[in-house]
Amino acid sequence: MSHAYEKDEVLQIINSVIEKVGKEGDISKDVIYHQLMELQKIIEDTRSGIGLSGAADITGTHIPVATDELDAVIAATAEATGGIMDACEVIEARAAEIGGAAGAEIAAQVTRIYEACSFQDITGQRISKVVNALKNIEIKVGALLDVMARKIPGLAAAAASGAAVSHSAVDGDVGLLNGPQLPGGGISQEEIDKLLDSFD
Amino acid sequence: MAVDKNMNVLIVDDYNTMLRIVKNLLKQLGFNNVDEATDGSAALEKVKAKHYGLVISDWNMEPMTGLDLLKSIRTSGESYENVPFIMVTAESKTENVIAAKKAGVNNYIVKPFNAETLRTKMMSVIGEF
Repeated sequence: MSHAYEKDEVLQIINSVIEKVGKEGDISKDVIYHQLMELQKIIEDTRSGIGLSGAADITGTHIPVATDELDAVIAATAEATGGIMDACEVIEARAAEIGGAAGAEIAAQVTRIYEACSFQDITGQRISKVVNALKNIEIKVGALLDVMARKIPGLAAAAASGAAVSHSAVDGDVGLLNGPQLPGGGISQEEIDKLLDSFD
Repeated sequence: MAVDKNMNVLIVDDYNTMLRIVKNLLKQLGFNNVDEATDGSAALEKVKAKHYGLVISDWNMEPMTGLDLLKSIRTSGESYENVPFIMVTAESKTENVIAAKKAGVNNYIVKPFNAETLRTKMMSVIGEF
């Protein structure tokens, strides 16, 4: 488990080294050496921490998956709303045939369903805003990782090994919990039936 | 003067669900000559090609917004420049309403809305029906 370093702790070490080097007279090489070693350890631990956190997964996996899921929510609600409205149009036509007070009452209730169906437009717009926000975060995290990879040699490799660790952590039965699948991401009921039959 | 319910009405929205809702509500109100467009530029082409008694438009669409559509119509100098225009939108900030009013909108409906709101706003713009 890596130790969580405070910013002040790092600054104290750097200031101490600068102070000792700046002083006239003999400088204890051992003291300087130990303090530099301490700094090196902090940098290594930080690098390792970034790798273990799977920072690259944010842009590579988590955000793309989240945006795809939200897009699928929009598509699914649009499809469901379309189905509801198809049914409403049929009911409305039958209500006109029935006529009278009963027909009028049915038509009034159908109107309420039409009004309620506008939720799909509102939720769709809200989800689109969230998707755009996530995409902006993805771009900024990506840019941050690029800068850090240039400034900290070996970070990319550390991040890659960290990603491998985070993936292995969800192996086993827990790793099977990825549903509901996006369109094309799973198989149909028909294909499932065939698959199950193939075991007989 | 009585409203001619046979007038052409153009509804503009990038959500198919909303187009269906508004079209069905208009049908219930007795307006059956309804055309649809899914953004401002498509709507503008329709307005240029056909006479409409009313335009009911969403705001947030791409590539041309409802506000840009309204401005294009109002500054066209063409026969359609004064067509009654109702904005139906989820944009409910004061500055939005002000901007739409300055651009020449006749009324403004915030989503989600009900049939009665649509009816009263339409009557305030085109007259009693």
